[in-house]
Amino acid sequence: MTPEEICQKLQSAGIEVTYHDTKPDPFLLCTLQSYKQAALTLRDDPDLAFQSLMSLTGLEWPDYFEVASQLISYQKEHRVTIKVRCGKDDPSVPTLSDVWTIAEWHEREAYDLVGMTFAGHQDLRRILLPEDWEGHPLRKDYSPQERWHDISLTSEPPKTTHE
Amino acid sequence: MSETKEIHIPLGPSPEKWDLLSKGIDPFGDQMILQMGPQHPATHGVLRLELKTDGEVVTKITPYIGYLHRCFEKVAESVTYPQVIPYTERMDYLAGMNMALSYVLAVEKLREIEVNDRVETLRVLVCELNRIASHCVAIGTFALDIGAWTPLLYLFQVREHILDLLEELSGARMLFNYIRIGGLAHDIPTGWIDKVREFCTYMDPKIPELNGLLSYNKIYIERLAHVGVMSQDVALQYGITGPNLRATGFDYDMRRDAPYSGYEKYDFQPQIGAGEQGTPGDCWDRYIVRVREMEESLKIIRQACDRMPEGDVKETIPKSLRKMPEGEVYVTTEAPRGELGIYLVSDGTDKPYRVKARSGAYCSVAAVPAISLGGLIADLVAIVASIDIVLGEVDR
Repeated sequence: MTPEEICQKLQSAGIEVTYHDTKPDPFLLCTLQSYKQAALTLRDDPDLAFQSLMSLTGLEWPDYFEVASQLISYQKEHRVTIKVRCGKDDPSVPTLSDVWTIAEWHEREAYDLVGMTFAGHQDLRRILLPEDWEGHPLRKDYSPQERWHDISLTSEPPKTTHE
Repeated sequence: MSETKEIHIPLGPSPEKWDLLSKGIDPFGDQMILQMGPQHPATHGVLRLELKTDGEVVTKITPYIGYLHRCFEKVAESVTYPQVIPYTERMDYLAGMNMALSYVLAVEKLREIEVNDRVETLRVLVCELNRIASHCVAIGTFALDIGAWTPLLYLFQVREHILDLLEELSGARMLFNYIRIGGLAHDIPTGWIDKVREFCTYMDPKIPELNGLLSYNKIYIERLAHVGVMSQDVALQYGITGPNLRATGFDYDMRRDAPYSGYEKYDFQPQIGAGEQGTPGDCWDRYIVRVREMEESLKIIRQACDRMPEGDVKETIPKSLRKMPEGEVYVTTEAPRGELGIYLVSDGTDKPYRVKARSGAYCSVAAVPAISLGGLIADLVAIVASIDIVLGEVDR
């Protein structure tokens, strides 16, 4: 199925989801309320059968936070990207860790690096950075702390040049 | 003289539990907390597993990763598109070509660049060479962890040949920076293809030799069969890909089922585990799948040498990458340790807005507790070795 057909299938099941025909890859955008239901339907519907979560990414945009998840169905041989957005004041989205177990680790990474939280996540701790790190590095307004324990962190960032 | 300070790095049980321990009270009952790693020879880098053990039996495992985190995603946001390539190769440093290919394909898809047949064929050729080199380390260190020292030396001989070939091609032995956006850094040197053919001839008897030395060795089989069985359900729940997924008997190989870079033109057979010596998805299956994959890679290399078309490898390299189309793209390729997915978001400037690398080894580490609970500590060593992780790729 193409992402557009998958979107229609979800809509016919009464799930609030919109199709965004962006280039080169299109995506399906869920609302915060329909996100979990959409994920469950994508996994359990025999025509969709998305068995595996490949990747889950947290993104910060100027006006909102976004989570993009790539799913795969080996059985039906199709892939899709689903997204959900949340406001800057409350960067919290429902967890997918009870739908696909691996989401637990991907969401911990999104929490660690982007600072999003996932409602219902059982074990939301930092995963790549030390537990006592300050801030979330992939935020666009991030500035690193000066010292971590006895290690100085104030080296120059890499210079970029154009060809 | 500078003042020395006490450094407290949180590690292991909480301070409260240490307090109890120091007073001679055991807060864990009969159980013992054991730190495996981060500097453990069998963790293939710096991985820490916090084990709760009951005698020799592991009752709880908590993996801690991040010791090798080098901020790939953060750095990728602050450098230009071509400058990201060297960083991708530092993720899985044993398979640099495969890492770079994924990223380059993502940028090419975003920019709508179609490369010519020679570029595609050469990319396939170098990636498969790199895959054999990578599997050599995987199998060699696997055997080493189990206690067999010799196979590692035999396999490193093979790997040395490949690294020499790739060095002649790119000037570097592990971090090549050879695959570029829209093409390759330069064409192959004269006579290089013949050397690759020579390598194939050299490699042919090596796999039967390895089978005699290791694969069907009774001790080795006894040690690995029925150990760390990964069911297909677990594999799918944890997003396991690549050889680890195929070892469970799941017949999926991106190179055949979702071909990229012209893989559809090659004749090869993805290898799946069948539980020959034990249960499907056990450690031995994960081992043998990799051995057989090396043979298949060899087949692809031979075909690539035979069909090497003419062409200019720099033909489609864009003059400037300052203006990129806006949009996002997700591209995956079959790297030696599972699918490497690059999720690339562009906002139209010369730098990526967001790059996320989804690595196969990351998911494999996440699945370690699920496949090794209730086993012995010694088996855990075999399991960690069998899923073939490179911590550079896990931590990025």
